[in-house]
Amino acid sequence: MTLLDNDSGLCYNQDQHKQKEVTRLTNTILTAKDLKKTFRLSKKQQKIEKTGLSEKVAVDGLTFTVNEGEIYGLLGPNGAGKTTTLRMIAALITPDEGEITVAGHSLRDDPAAVRASLGFLTGELKLEEYFTPNYLFDFFAALHGIDPAVAAERKARLFARFGIDRFAEVKVANLSTGMKQKVSLVISIVHDPAIIVFDEPTNGLDVLTARVVTDFLEELKKEGKTILLSTHIFSLVEKLCDRVGILIDGKLAAEGTLAEVCGKRSLEDAFFDLYRDLKGGDSL
Amino acid sequence: MKNILTIVKKELRRFFSDKRLVITAILPGILIYVVYSVMGGALSDAFGEEEGTVYVVYAENLPDSVEALCSSTDQFEFHEGFDPALVTEQNAHLAIRFSENFDTQIAEGTVPTVEIYYDSTVTESYNAYNLLYTLLSEYESSLSNLFDINPGDTVYDLASEEAMTAEIFAMMLPMLLMMLLFSGCMAVAPESIAGEKERGTIATLLITPIARHELAIGKIVSLSLIALFSGTSSFIGTILSLPKLMGDTAQLDASVYTVTDYAVLLAVILSTVLVMISLIAVLSALAKSVKEAGTIVTPFMVLNMLLGVSAMFGDGAAEGLCWYCIPLYNSVQCMTGVFSFTWSPLQIVLTVAVNLLFAGGMVAVLTRLFSSEKIMFSR
Repeated sequence: MTLLDNDSGLCYNQDQHKQKEVTRLTNTILTAKDLKKTFRLSKKQQKIEKTGLSEKVAVDGLTFTVNEGEIYGLLGPNGAGKTTTLRMIAALITPDEGEITVAGHSLRDDPAAVRASLGFLTGELKLEEYFTPNYLFDFFAALHGIDPAVAAERKARLFARFGIDRFAEVKVANLSTGMKQKVSLVISIVHDPAIIVFDEPTNGLDVLTARVVTDFLEELKKEGKTILLSTHIFSLVEKLCDRVGILIDGKLAAEGTLAEVCGKRSLEDAFFDLYRDLKGGDSL
Repeated sequence: MKNILTIVKKELRRFFSDKRLVITAILPGILIYVVYSVMGGALSDAFGEEEGTVYVVYAENLPDSVEALCSSTDQFEFHEGFDPALVTEQNAHLAIRFSENFDTQIAEGTVPTVEIYYDSTVTESYNAYNLLYTLLSEYESSLSNLFDINPGDTVYDLASEEAMTAEIFAMMLPMLLMMLLFSGCMAVAPESIAGEKERGTIATLLITPIARHELAIGKIVSLSLIALFSGTSSFIGTILSLPKLMGDTAQLDASVYTVTDYAVLLAVILSTVLVMISLIAVLSALAKSVKEAGTIVTPFMVLNMLLGVSAMFGDGAAEGLCWYCIPLYNSVQCMTGVFSFTWSPLQIVLTVAVNLLFAGGMVAVLTRLFSSEKIMFSR
């Protein structure tokens, strides 16, 4: 396993890690460096947290990179800082400290270019239910400045791939949950982004729709797309991810390929060993 | 600019392709027309007089002079006898008892009496009483006539039709316009801003490359157009129904205003809608839900109403230019000025400029709010 020193952000197995970094730096598409994000807690939230603190550090000095053509998984329990990290990358919230670069664009200097370079899919982002998938695709394509002819060709292909074409003129409100998720997925990649960010993409989906999403992620992987995926589902990471970063309490506790992180154990066992090491034996 | 148009088109499509929303916007205008017309008709029925109504009157000792006086109106049908119960039972409109030898007593200089029994809750009875009372009063005056005031059929009221229209319109329409425009804005802005926050659809927009100011301008322009549509419907309903509400006596004719007057009014209304929409949009962005937005906006609605009502009690439009630097109040003053033919170009230009400046400031605030993670994503 490759453990990180939380103060320096470096791996324990430094030589091996540095060698890999040299190779990957040539095609790094996303860099998150020393990210920190603190939220103020309302009195109600303070009661729930039971820490007596007025602030919560959601992400604490997080550094990682995603390379072109790989699927990088951010794995962690609820409250580990996965969603906050992805929201910062999508320029929805601003980091207190740190730098984010996507496809060569600095988030600080050009947030619009960063947004244009990534597709973001999360359960929290909803589509206006009054509109049809057909209209929404065209609307978001227009906002991304996609040529109408290109958008039409892309729409036809994606709608056919996900079986949306039969429901293209049905209002989103009248679609099933699974079909809504498919439409959300398609619209998140309307602009053929350099990197696609998925936050818990199978959450709340029935097994059939979850499978469709998983298959699509595999398909994207085969096409050489770059994906940053946050999840707490071990099997999804094992099935799809080239590299994984384990996030606990806002810090990257471990990072590497599955072999590097797990050794001979399953990902689940590796995760809980790490969790116990960091939080204490009786923390579960 | 392209993104602003995309947002405007989306908002307009959302509104105009939803029959319920369109009906909701038009309905106030139709309701105002129907309610005001029905109210006017009801008032006319309650206090007006149906043409050709003949009142049944039972009279005791009916003098010849009074019978001759009443016959000129063709509205009284006299029967011999006196019984107030006939009025109570609605078998007669009036029951009258004259002193014996009424005419002789007048001639001799003594004072005879007339007792007229009527039922004020029955319109015909009440109208019959008023008509007879007027006739008898005039008869009494003619018996001791010392001088005449405004004799003959000459029209002594020198007020022109234009001035009468101006007075009534300047008193009522600024208030109605301000209320209707604000209602139109209230109906659309919270739903579009706070509603999108509540449903999580605003975040979907915020992750696209669209600049926050483009989103703010697109929202405000489209919502202003929709609010204007709703306000226009209400305004037309009001204008058409006002003559019916005021009754036949009021000579209201909206054609007394020139094209310039209407153009100036349109400019004031447009800038006013921009002020209202931008203000409500900012307040809605601060709210977490449509319901909360309604609560936050309500005090401003009351304030707007009070500003509108101030036009009813003022003596025309304010003259000091400083009053035209206060958004919304300046609109009320300009509307009063237009309806009373007392507006000046400087007042209008200042008002429109101040309103545009205010709306621009609100766009800047809304842009900042769209960029604020605390405002957009707090739970």
